[in-house]
Amino acid sequence: MSVFRTTIPQNAEDEPLVRLIAPDGTRTPHEELDAAVAHLTGEDLRRYYRDMVMIRAADLEATSLQRQGQLGLWASALGQEGAQIGAGHAARTQDYLVPTYREHGIAWARGIEPWRLLDVWRGIAHGSYDPYELRTHPYMLVLGAQAPQAVGYAMGLQRDGLVGTGDDESDTAVLALFGDGSSSEGEVSEGFTFAASFQAPCVFFTQNNQWAISVPTSVQSRVPLAQRSRGWGIPSVRIDGNDVLAVYGAVRLALDAARRGEGPRYIEALTYRMAAHTTSDDPTRYRHSTEEEEWAAKDPIDRLRTYLEAQDEIDEAFVTRCDEEGHDLAMALHHQIHAMADPDPIEMFRNVYADPHPLVEAEREEFVQFRAQFEDETTTGEER
Amino acid sequence: MSTLVMITLTDPGEGLTEAEILDIKVGVGDTVAINDPVIEVETAKSAVELPSHIAGRVTRVLVSVGDEVVVGAPLIEVDTDPDGGDGAGSDQAAAARQQATAGEGTGAQDSTSAQEQAAPPADSGAEEDAAPAADPSAEEPGTQAQEATESAAEEEQPKNLVGYGTRSGASRRRRRVAAQDGEDQDQQVPIDRILAKPPVRKLARDLGIALADVFATGPGGTVTREDVLAAQQRAIGDEPAPADGDYFPDESPQAPASLHGAMKSATSQPMDQQSFSGVTSDDRTTRVPIRSVRKRTAEAMVSSAFTAPHVTVFNEVDMTATMDLVRTLRASREWADVRISPLAIVAKALLVAIRRNPEVNASWNEDAQEIVYKHFVNLGIAAATPRGLIVPNIKDAHLLTLKELAEGINDLAKTARSGSTPLSATRNGTITVTNFGVFGIDSGTPILNPGESVILGMGAVKQKPWAVDGSIEVREVTQLALSFDHRLIDGALGSELLRDISAVLEQPQLGLVWG
Repeated sequence: MSVFRTTIPQNAEDEPLVRLIAPDGTRTPHEELDAAVAHLTGEDLRRYYRDMVMIRAADLEATSLQRQGQLGLWASALGQEGAQIGAGHAARTQDYLVPTYREHGIAWARGIEPWRLLDVWRGIAHGSYDPYELRTHPYMLVLGAQAPQAVGYAMGLQRDGLVGTGDDESDTAVLALFGDGSSSEGEVSEGFTFAASFQAPCVFFTQNNQWAISVPTSVQSRVPLAQRSRGWGIPSVRIDGNDVLAVYGAVRLALDAARRGEGPRYIEALTYRMAAHTTSDDPTRYRHSTEEEEWAAKDPIDRLRTYLEAQDEIDEAFVTRCDEEGHDLAMALHHQIHAMADPDPIEMFRNVYADPHPLVEAEREEFVQFRAQFEDETTTGEER
Repeated sequence: MSTLVMITLTDPGEGLTEAEILDIKVGVGDTVAINDPVIEVETAKSAVELPSHIAGRVTRVLVSVGDEVVVGAPLIEVDTDPDGGDGAGSDQAAAARQQATAGEGTGAQDSTSAQEQAAPPADSGAEEDAAPAADPSAEEPGTQAQEATESAAEEEQPKNLVGYGTRSGASRRRRRVAAQDGEDQDQQVPIDRILAKPPVRKLARDLGIALADVFATGPGGTVTREDVLAAQQRAIGDEPAPADGDYFPDESPQAPASLHGAMKSATSQPMDQQSFSGVTSDDRTTRVPIRSVRKRTAEAMVSSAFTAPHVTVFNEVDMTATMDLVRTLRASREWADVRISPLAIVAKALLVAIRRNPEVNASWNEDAQEIVYKHFVNLGIAAATPRGLIVPNIKDAHLLTLKELAEGINDLAKTARSGSTPLSATRNGTITVTNFGVFGIDSGTPILNPGESVILGMGAVKQKPWAVDGSIEVREVTQLALSFDHRLIDGALGSELLRDISAVLEQPQLGLVWG
């Protein structure tokens, strides 16, 4: 029986939780996932460790920058680094990723520098990386909307003949990311419908961080989220989202299947949002610190470090160096933010449509003339 | 050398405007690093710790636990270069290097600004021959008088009457020539046709500069951005008071709140003096030093009450038609986002009445032995704020529509209550309205704002029996009280002004006829 299940157990509690590294760092064997991660070397795992440390440092710095008035808002991914770094690295370069606004680890794994994320939160850009070049969609702000869009992209891949040809370099899949809250949105159900009907190469990946702002997952669903897609005939699995290795393995298996033309998959990764929903939120109003302490003990970074130490793959010097690099990254962002220039307002007329549009052109012209009023006429006045 | 940087209250949520100080995590002398939490605040949304954006040593803590502060308010001052820029930092090598660089940079800036002070810009440097303003209290009126005598031709140009007396330079010569020729149309624009582009008007409004006070140098007699800035520069130059920010210190002018408790027993404990420095208290009395707004209010009241002989005239007015107008406007779509109050209509009625009696809009200049008639109305609105009485004024109120006036009053009140009234907003008032009706009382005898000649007080609007065409009806009635400076306004003129105001309020359509 595949790790991706199609049947729902009689009793919801019988839904397995798949993991390779336990919170105490011990390694559990798992035939199918072990095969999917067998090629990863100690070097790879050290890199994932460093990635998680770096993105956490950037994340904490961004929260500070918001408090210092440099960002309008920030959605922290604190605690979800394992799920994001694992999933981000499991994708192939040609795969297309559709993230939410909390996917800083995904962005990092796709090679997007953190400062490119900050300008959106600073309110000076709609997005500043090339989604085509990096094969990563701009952060989705309207949650749930990305599911049908990702499926649409996947169906386009089918029509372009980029699925199931057997060519590892060209066969492509889509990884649609959303949280437990979004999974209750109608659009995710619509996405499931189309993906299943057309057997689109789309992997749906939910980081269940336990809280949809202030609504706990238990209020949203009577069964584990992983079981929801099975009603559509989409095979799914529930994994430990704070186990970077299990995430990597499960996402890799799912994307491989999708690329081969075997249709969609759904993964629920259990993790925890250690910080507030956004900087405008105060989680102490709706959850207990005991719950946060409980999840702190399952931290993805500590877990991988314990495992790698037991394997003699990392030492104190490496850990210290990662921490220092994280600090340097944070300080670099701290100083970089002040150098971010406000955009020329005329930029807002760019990229509205792919082709020139007469109405946008007219509005642009009107704006140019309006703005000309604000220019200081004395610099050009005839008296000077 | 030290480099002082202020940590201010940022908007910790989305669009929040104020926060309460919950905890202060550092004290004077403490060393902070970048991102160290320094203060905890609670907003409408959440309690959050604010991290420092700089490294250094705390030199001042400007708030106390429990304070309500507005976004942008200074919280903590940090010296980012406490050790004299020798780069002695140990654990923050990078930060220390940066501080050292910053220190050098600031040194350069200091010397630059010193040079600037030593050699003022050419514009102001040329002013020295004109009016060295011997007495700082002789402000606009004196300057204005001097200017008026300097060139008789200029008296016909109300637009330039105030505030440019010390101005010199090319454009001024040009204007003089023009005045003698009597041909230069662009300098002859009447007061309500000042030419300025919307962004320039906004700049003037933001800076609290009346466009009429600005000397226009732009093409076609338009006011330019630089003109407004130059006018502001002159206003600052005249200013003997401390910087804007210190003028309305954030402290109550009244006795401590705990005073109420003290009256309830024969003997009481000495009071909590934490938030009220200088207060002394024994079991029978509490002594509060006279200072800040209380002190200035007292000085203004004394100088006004004992130099200008006050006369107050009263009139009871049927406000029903005015209140109907207020209700109509409130219900209309055009006024959906502007709160209209009877005060706005009263202010408008006053402006209309001033137009019929322009002699009241004047001031007595004892030093120059002159009466100065103003061609503009800067309408003061008395505001009771937590910091005491503040009278900011609406510049060039005579040019405003009713809606603009209502917006201006709302803005003024809001700014005053938040404690962010700039000093410039309280200068150069010509006539003031005070609304003691908000306290639910009928009338009073208002005291003139110093330098002004008229103040209109408005009582509460109450339903009362009223004789209408020989029968008693229930009408909405208020009492107006108008105080004026009897040195330059006779009883007849003052009464006429109040009668005209009353007439407009009883029949708002008169505003169409007279306005």
